[in-house]
Amino acid sequence: MLKAKIYVQLKANVLDPQGKAVTNSLHNLGYTDVIETRISKYIEMSFRNDNREKVSQEVEKICQDLLANPNTETYQYEIISEE
Amino acid sequence: MRISVVTFPGSNCDYDTYRVCKSRGHQTKLIWHKDSDLEKPDLVILPGGFSYGDYLRCGALARFSPIVHEVIAFARKGGLLVGICNGFQILTECGLLPGTLMMNENLHFICQHQYIRVETEASPFTQGIGKGKVMDIPIAHKEGNYYIDPEGLKQLIANDQILFRYCDKQGNINIASNPNGSLDNIAGICNKQRNILGMMPHPERSATETVPTKDGRWIFAAIENALE
Repeated sequence: MLKAKIYVQLKANVLDPQGKAVTNSLHNLGYTDVIETRISKYIEMSFRNDNREKVSQEVEKICQDLLANPNTETYQYEIISEE
Repeated sequence: MRISVVTFPGSNCDYDTYRVCKSRGHQTKLIWHKDSDLEKPDLVILPGGFSYGDYLRCGALARFSPIVHEVIAFARKGGLLVGICNGFQILTECGLLPGTLMMNENLHFICQHQYIRVETEASPFTQGIGKGKVMDIPIAHKEGNYYIDPEGLKQLIANDQILFRYCDKQGNINIASNPNGSLDNIAGICNKQRNILGMMPHPERSATETVPTKDGRWIFAAIENALE
């Protein structure tokens, strides 16, 4: 079985208020070395298809069509085999 | 006029919107998202709420509802379309309006009275209200922080597409009068063809005798005049 591990992240130039809040909290906890935190989404998806190239093409389309908002987000993924 | 208000699973301002339209004497229909007939409206409203539970991203899943194909076709033919709050989020996710509504800068759900300023009269949604008019129209959202890339913002300004900006009672537009971090205090925009409005404030919550502010009526009246 093939599995896609997909990360959807805010573009570097887009403010991430959640990340900022987490950084502030970490500073309050004493982790003062933390400069920046960026929150992203991690999505796992399993496929009923063993053709890696085909799955990869499909994941690319899935990211474009639905998982990422092209205005604010970028995505990356890897396809792995799983028993 | 004939108004169709679309109900998605998770919409919660559909009935308020319906009631306001009815109270103004319009033939109003609630249209279920699985229907495929808009029933020949003059105006379509996508109401506020939490369509599909805001899963993945606010408004992202609503565009797969069957009725949305009809809504898009209606708008492409020049029909007047208004998205309020979650409706605005849906319009950006469908690609009918540019930009994105991101999480509020302070991460809070904000529910409050809010002043907004009319930035242009050149639209069926604002004509006759008066440029610079300050209106008190409530907001209630967690994802209303409007973002668009610098080139997109330039286009919005050049094409006079920004219809409303957040302001204070005197109409001042600054950081203090920006409730959610929206770029350039943007509260509502229209498309280039000027027949689609998206706005975060809720005009339907300030358009009846039972609520303290009634400024939302300006927007309904503008649309009525435009369609007369």
